Amino acid sequence: MAIDWQAFFLTLRLATAVASILLLIGVPIAYWLAFSRWRGKFLAEALVALPVVLPPTVLGFYVLVALGPHSPLGRWCQSLTGHTLAFTFTGLVIGSILYSLPFAVQPFAAAFRAVDRRLMAASSVLGASRWRTFRRVVVPASRPGLVAGFALSFAHTLGEFGVVLMIGGNIPGVTRTVSIDIYDQVQSSNYASANQTALLLLVLCFGLLALVYGVNPRTRVVGAGE
Amino acid sequence: MTSREMNSRELKVAIRHSFGQPTSAATGDPFSLHLDFSASPGFTILFGPSGAGKTTLLDCISGLTIPAQGSIVVAERVLFDSKTRTNLPPRQRRIGYVFQESSLFPHMTVEENVEYGLVDLPRSARRERASAVLAAFGVDSLRMRQPSQISGGQRQRVALARALVTEPSVLLLDEPLAALDAATKSKILDDLRAWNQTHHVPILYVTHSREEAFALGERMLVLEAGRIVAQGPPHEVMSAPLQESVAQLAGFENVFDATVESQHPERGTMTCRIGSSPVLLETPLVRSHVGEMLRVGVRAGDILLAVMPPTGLSARNIFPGRMQSLEQRDVMVRAMVDCGAMFEVHLTLAARDDLKLALGSGVWLVIKTYSCHVMRAAAQT
Repeated sequence: MAIDWQAFFLTLRLATAVASILLLIGVPIAYWLAFSRWRGKFLAEALVALPVVLPPTVLGFYVLVALGPHSPLGRWCQSLTGHTLAFTFTGLVIGSILYSLPFAVQPFAAAFRAVDRRLMAASSVLGASRWRTFRRVVVPASRPGLVAGFALSFAHTLGEFGVVLMIGGNIPGVTRTVSIDIYDQVQSSNYASANQTALLLLVLCFGLLALVYGVNPRTRVVGAGE
Repeated sequence: MTSREMNSRELKVAIRHSFGQPTSAATGDPFSLHLDFSASPGFTILFGPSGAGKTTLLDCISGLTIPAQGSIVVAERVLFDSKTRTNLPPRQRRIGYVFQESSLFPHMTVEENVEYGLVDLPRSARRERASAVLAAFGVDSLRMRQPSQISGGQRQRVALARALVTEPSVLLLDEPLAALDAATKSKILDDLRAWNQTHHVPILYVTHSREEAFALGERMLVLEAGRIVAQGPPHEVMSAPLQESVAQLAGFENVFDATVESQHPERGTMTCRIGSSPVLLETPLVRSHVGEMLRVGVRAGDILLAVMPPTGLSARNIFPGRMQSLEQRDVMVRAMVDCGAMFEVHLTLAARDDLKLALGSGVWLVIKTYSCHVMRAAAQT
């Protein structure tokens, strides 16, 4: 048996969805982390960084409980759709967003912090609103950091295992991702095809990281704070 | 322009604000800005050492910093008033602000930079206004270039054009030409002056350069530690020695009558005899003539004391003397040293003990030329 292409494309779909959603929700979070003067900000910073150190199974476990039929969120979803989000693709996306959050938010925030404050000051003195300053000055200046955060959260989602296993299980075409597939192959002593899939993932991740460092040589990968 | 019109365009500032980091509790307050002045249309030079609060003042006027209390009014429009809780955000203040280093947006062309402040206008009007002001500053040929592709002088011209195209009601310039050579500088200043011939706005101009101050100055404010210590036309404030009242404000423990013995314009110094003593002090050159009586102030803390003849120093004034008195005041020691003229010197307790200073011992005093502040006696003016 060769590479499980169904699992591969499912994984790509998952990573694309997660990285795209993280771009949308990570940018405002990062902007707030970079520019807020709230004293308790460090708590939010710690919270965002938590998935870097937390075992994926711990995160996966809590997400599973939250999505399950015994939590308010799970019950609400059940009343809307007729089933809970556990063991669905949507559930996988939600878990992966939490799991990859710091890999998007930290490079974004680092890039925002590095924007020359005098450029932002010049913009506001010239009559620009905060939104216009953000769009016309902050975003162009932090483009490498935004690319890095997108690519890192994409790559990180490609390779996740623990969270997927906890939330999604192993349903082909729904929640069976590449890393689960590799695990399965190894369990059934199918080393040759495990190797093929693993190699594909390795090359893909290396390519993505090369892109990140090529765009911005100063980006640090894990815990890319300041 | 009538004086009524001049007044209606005035910038009026009366603010108090703490700035900088509070030092330790022992040494007292953080810096505080405490200013009350108005600036008419035309150039007002802001002069003073770094840390005097010049940039903080400009940030307060532009709204980038919010003063603790007071009011800021430009052209009869209240930008800030702590009493009425008025505080317009920077984008509503209609202020032109050019910083020391170029703050052009690096990803935009020269033209896009200049049009940045004109969002509300239709595209054709933006083009027209931008090219007019770019032409006025002689950089219209650079329209399509990126800031990284033009010289430092051209960048500051574009930065001025970008600020002026919005027709601000006051212009704040924080050493905008500090990094440029003299020829470039004076051409830009000419263009700026020409622009203001038709616009008549107050221009606050921060500089460290005497030449710029003289070239521009209709009026000058000297800031020190957050306060205005002198003001007037630059040639009076600068080249004329400081008024003695100003000097006393700055706290000189040593103030001597002195006679100008000789002047060295090529070195920017002159030699003054202290009283009728043999002590000849090298001081910065000020406008005066040989034989003129002046006053020289030296802070007691600016004088170094040595127990051996010092060598290899840059300081021009080294005088042998004898210790006349040593008096402990709190945690500092006040020494009186007779070098032919009596100098008050402040030392730390540790310095006194390390040097084993005693009454009558022979010492040398070291005074830098620029620690000598030449003043005109208060009675003469």
